[in-house]
Amino acid sequence: MAKGYVHSLESFGSVDGPGVRYVIFTAGCPMRCQFCHNPDTWDIQGGTPYEAKELIQKALRYRSYWGKEGGITVSGGEPLIQIDFLIELFTLAKEEGIHTTLDTSGNPFTRQNPFFMKFQRLLEVTDLILLDIKQINEEKHIELTRQKNSNILDMAQYLSEIRQPVWIRHVLVPGLTDNDRDLKALNSFIQTLKNVEKVEVLPYHNLGEYKWKELGLDYPLKGVEPPEKDRVDNANRILHTGKVD
Amino acid sequence: MKEWTQWDGFKGRLWKYGVDVRDFIQENYTPYEGDESFLSDPTEATNKLWGELQKLQKAEREKNGVLDMETEVVSSLTAYGPGYINEELKELEKVVGIQTDKPLKRAFMPYGGINLAVKACETYGYKPNEKMVEIFTKYHKTHNQGVFDIYTPEMKKARHNKIITGLPDTYGRGRIVGDYRRIALYGIDELIECKKADFIEGERHGMKGTDFRLREEIADQIKALKEMKEMAAIYGFDISEPAQNAREAVQWLYFGYLAAIKTQNGAAMSVGRISTFLDIYIKRDMEKGILTEDEAQELIDHMVMKFRMVKFARHTAYNELFSGDPVWATLEVGGLGQDGRSMVTKNDFRFLHTLENMGPSPEPNLTVLYSERLPETFKKYAAYISVETSSIQYENDDVMRPVWGDDYSICCCVSATQTGKEIQFFGARANLAKCLLYAINGGVDEKTKEQVAPAYRPITGEYLDYDELMERYDVMLEWLSKLYVDTLNMIHYMHDKYYYESAEMALIDTNVRRTFATGIAGFSHVVDSLCAVKYGKVKVIRDEQGIAVDYIPEGEFPRYGNDDDKADDIAVWLLKTFMSKLKKCHTYRDSEPTTSILTITSNVVYGKATGSLPDGRKAGEPLAPGANPSYGAEQSGLLASLNSLTKLPYEEALDGISNTQTINPGALGHTEEERINKLTTIMDGYFSQGAHHLNVNVFGVEKLKDAMENPQKEEYANFTIRVSGYAVKFIDLTKEQQLDVIARTCHNTL
Repeated sequence: MAKGYVHSLESFGSVDGPGVRYVIFTAGCPMRCQFCHNPDTWDIQGGTPYEAKELIQKALRYRSYWGKEGGITVSGGEPLIQIDFLIELFTLAKEEGIHTTLDTSGNPFTRQNPFFMKFQRLLEVTDLILLDIKQINEEKHIELTRQKNSNILDMAQYLSEIRQPVWIRHVLVPGLTDNDRDLKALNSFIQTLKNVEKVEVLPYHNLGEYKWKELGLDYPLKGVEPPEKDRVDNANRILHTGKVD
Repeated sequence: MKEWTQWDGFKGRLWKYGVDVRDFIQENYTPYEGDESFLSDPTEATNKLWGELQKLQKAEREKNGVLDMETEVVSSLTAYGPGYINEELKELEKVVGIQTDKPLKRAFMPYGGINLAVKACETYGYKPNEKMVEIFTKYHKTHNQGVFDIYTPEMKKARHNKIITGLPDTYGRGRIVGDYRRIALYGIDELIECKKADFIEGERHGMKGTDFRLREEIADQIKALKEMKEMAAIYGFDISEPAQNAREAVQWLYFGYLAAIKTQNGAAMSVGRISTFLDIYIKRDMEKGILTEDEAQELIDHMVMKFRMVKFARHTAYNELFSGDPVWATLEVGGLGQDGRSMVTKNDFRFLHTLENMGPSPEPNLTVLYSERLPETFKKYAAYISVETSSIQYENDDVMRPVWGDDYSICCCVSATQTGKEIQFFGARANLAKCLLYAINGGVDEKTKEQVAPAYRPITGEYLDYDELMERYDVMLEWLSKLYVDTLNMIHYMHDKYYYESAEMALIDTNVRRTFATGIAGFSHVVDSLCAVKYGKVKVIRDEQGIAVDYIPEGEFPRYGNDDDKADDIAVWLLKTFMSKLKKCHTYRDSEPTTSILTITSNVVYGKATGSLPDGRKAGEPLAPGANPSYGAEQSGLLASLNSLTKLPYEEALDGISNTQTINPGALGHTEEERINKLTTIMDGYFSQGAHHLNVNVFGVEKLKDAMENPQKEEYANFTIRVSGYAVKFIDLTKEQQLDVIARTCHNTL
C-alpha cells in the first residue's frame, strides 16, 4: 500500500469542486508558480504520511454535509506526482460512493507509460478534474512557472477525447496572465475542447505572501495587487464563464 | 359546541369544543411549496412608518440608548391612553398599541424589584416619583425583596461569588409565552368563561394552601383578561368576540402580546408560533377577495415593526449580562407537523421577508424550525436571508418535535415550550468552570479567597491528577447542583407570589406543565481542562496562601470542537452528570428539571469573575459562549466543530444547546447561489446528525472591525449579528463584547 504525503486537510472546502467538499492537499509540486499561495506545499518531504484508508475514514465523518453534490477533492501541491496513492484513494472512495475530484496543474502528464496507463486507471475512479491552465502562451508559462505547458494542453486534449468532465480554471494575475490576447487565445483553446463543464476565473490574491517569507524565499510578485473588478469581469467575459452578462 | 359567524369557512370540530389552537391549525392550514416570488415590496405606509421608527431609533442611540422613561406612572394594562409611532401618521398603522404613551418610551415596572426599577431610571438620568418609590418600599413588597428575605447565607455567598449567576432574582424571569392566538380565535369572553369553569372545577372539600394559590391565580387571570378588553377599547377595538378577518386576527393576537409586555419585563418576552396560524386568516380573506398580497405583507410588516419597538428599563449590571437591549421577542417559522406535512405557509416567507422590506433587525428573534424535509424553496429562502442579513437562527425541528409536539414555541433564545400548555421556570446558569476550581481549592473562591462551598480537602500536588480531580469535582458538582436548585426554588416561589404573570397565564391552560430550566456556563473550558489533565500535564501555580491561581498546561491534548471523541466524550459525560445531579433535587411546583448549554452574551461577565483554568484560559478572559468550543480550540475547521456539537444529546439538555458560527462569505462560495446552496447543505448535514441549534453569521472579521471603529456609518445603523441565542445590533454591544465577538473564530477558508 502506498502512503500519501499530505500537506493539510480541510473539512469544509467550498470552492474546489461542486458542493461542500473534504479537501486533501498533498505535498510536493514541480511547478514554481510566481503567484503560488501555498509554497509550503512544494516539498514532498514536508508532508505527513497517511494511508488511503485513514483519509477515507476521516472524510466520511463529513459525509452528512455533502448533500447531493459534494465529496472529496485532492488538491495540492500536485497530486499527480503521487498517482499510485491517488488511484488507491479514489478506488476506496468510489467503493463508498463518494464523488471524487482531482485538482491538478496537469504538469506530470505524459502519454508515455507507465504514467499513462496509471492515469487511465485513475480516471476510471475520478468523477471530475479541475485543470488549471496558468498561461496559454508557452514562453510566458515557463517564465511564470518554470515549466512548459505543452503537456498540460495535451492533457486537456486527451481528456476531451475521452470526454472526461473538467472544469478549467485560470488564475488572473495583473500583468502576467490577464492580457486580452492571451485570454482570447486561452478561450480559443477551450472552445476546441468537448468536455468542459465550467470555466472559472480565480482572481489572484496575495494572502500567501507571508508563507514565502516564512520559507525564507523572495516573493516574486511583491507589490502586485489583486486584479480590479473590471479586469475580472473582462476575463470572465472573454472566457465565457457565465459570471457576467 | 359554539359557532361564531367569525368562524365561517374554518374546518374541524375539536377546537370548537374547547380551547385547542393546535387542532384549529392542523385542520385549516395550507402548506406552501413554492418559492418567494409572490412576495410584495413594502407599501408606502410601511416605508413612512419605518422611516419614522428609524428616526426614533437614531435619536435613542444618540441619547445613550434610551429615548424616554416613565417616572410618574406604574405600568399596567390600562395605565395609558393610546400611543402611536407618530400621532400624525396613526391612520397608516395597520396594527396599533404600544407599551406606554410614546414610542420607545420605557415603562416603570416596580414589581420585580423597586430598587432595580429606580436604578434603571437613574442609569439614564431619570428620577422616579418619590411617592411611587415609597409605595413599593413601605406598602407593597416586591419579588426581589421577597427573595432576599429568605435566601440562606450560603446562597448569598454563592451568588456574590458568581458560581451561580445571572439569576432572575433581580429581574423578571420571563420565558412564559402566552398563547396569544387564543384571543384571535376565541375572543376574550370565551376565554373568561373557560377560566371560570376551571375555577369551579378546582373546588374541593378541605381545600388547602395549594388550592388557595390556584384559585387566587385564576382570579388574577380573569381580572387580566377583563383588563385586556379595556386596553383594546382604549385603541377603539372590542376584542370580546373572535376576530373576523386577518387584520383583526393580527390585532387581537398583538393585544395579547401587548398585555404581556405592559405587565412583565421578563428577560425573554417571546411572541411564539403565530405564523402558520395567521396564514389561515390571510388565506381566507384572499379567497374572499378582501385582502391582497400587498395588504397581507403590510399587516405582517406592521406587526413586526411593533415587535421591533419593545423596550424595557434595564440597569447597567443587567446590560452586562444581556447586551444590546434584547427582549427575545422570539417568533418561529417553518417546522413540520406530526403528520409529516410541512407547516411552512406563505406567511413564513412573509415574516422572513420583513428583513428585506425593513432591513436587518435583531427583533423579533426570527427562528427557523429546521428539518431536512422542509420544502427546498423555503430552506433556500431562509439561507438567502441568512447570507444577506445574519439576522435569523435555526433550530432542529426533528429533535424538538418528538419531545414537544408540533405546536411548540421558542420561549427565550432557543428553549422550546408547548404553546399554551406549558411554562418554564427560568434559572440562568451555574458556572461549572468555577466549580472545577472550587474542587481544586477545597471550596475557596479563587478570586475573592472566600470559603464559599464546604471546606472539602483541596488538591495539593504540583501536577493535577485526573482521578483525584474527577473525584473532587464530582463532590463539588453535587454541592453546586443542590444549592443551585434550592436557590431557584426560592426565586420562583417569590416570583409567583409577588410578580405573577397573570396576563400570560390567562392565555395558558390552567392545568399547566412546568419545566425547571437550569443552565451551564463554562462548558467548553471544563471539557478542555479535563482533557488537559487526562491527556497532557497541568502544573499548578499557587499563591502564598496555597490557593491555586494559575495553571500551566504542558504537552498536546485534545480539545472539544475538533470532532475528536477523546474530548467530545468528556463533553457528553459532563452534560449527563450535571443533569443527573439536578434530577435528584426537588423542584418547585413539581416542575421537570432541564438544562441548557447557553450563555447569551453573559459569557463575558462570567469570564471576568472566573480565575485561570487548567486548559490555559487566563483569569478574567471571556468564557466561550453557549456550547461553542473555546477560543482558538477549533483547529479542524467548521464542520469538525459542528460535528462535536452534534454529539451532545438533546434529550439531556432539553432547554437548548446553543452554537454560534460565523462564516466568511467567500468561504461559502464564489456566487450568491453557491453560498445559499452550501449553507443549506451544511445545515442539512448538521441537523440530520441531531444537533439542536445554530446561529449563522455570514460576514468577514474586517466588517466587524470597521463597524467597531466607525459605528456612525449609516450602513452599520442596523448591522445585525447573531450572538449566543439571539441577535443584536453590533454597535449596541459594549466594547468588551465587540472585542469578544471579533476574537471568536471566523471560519475563513479559501
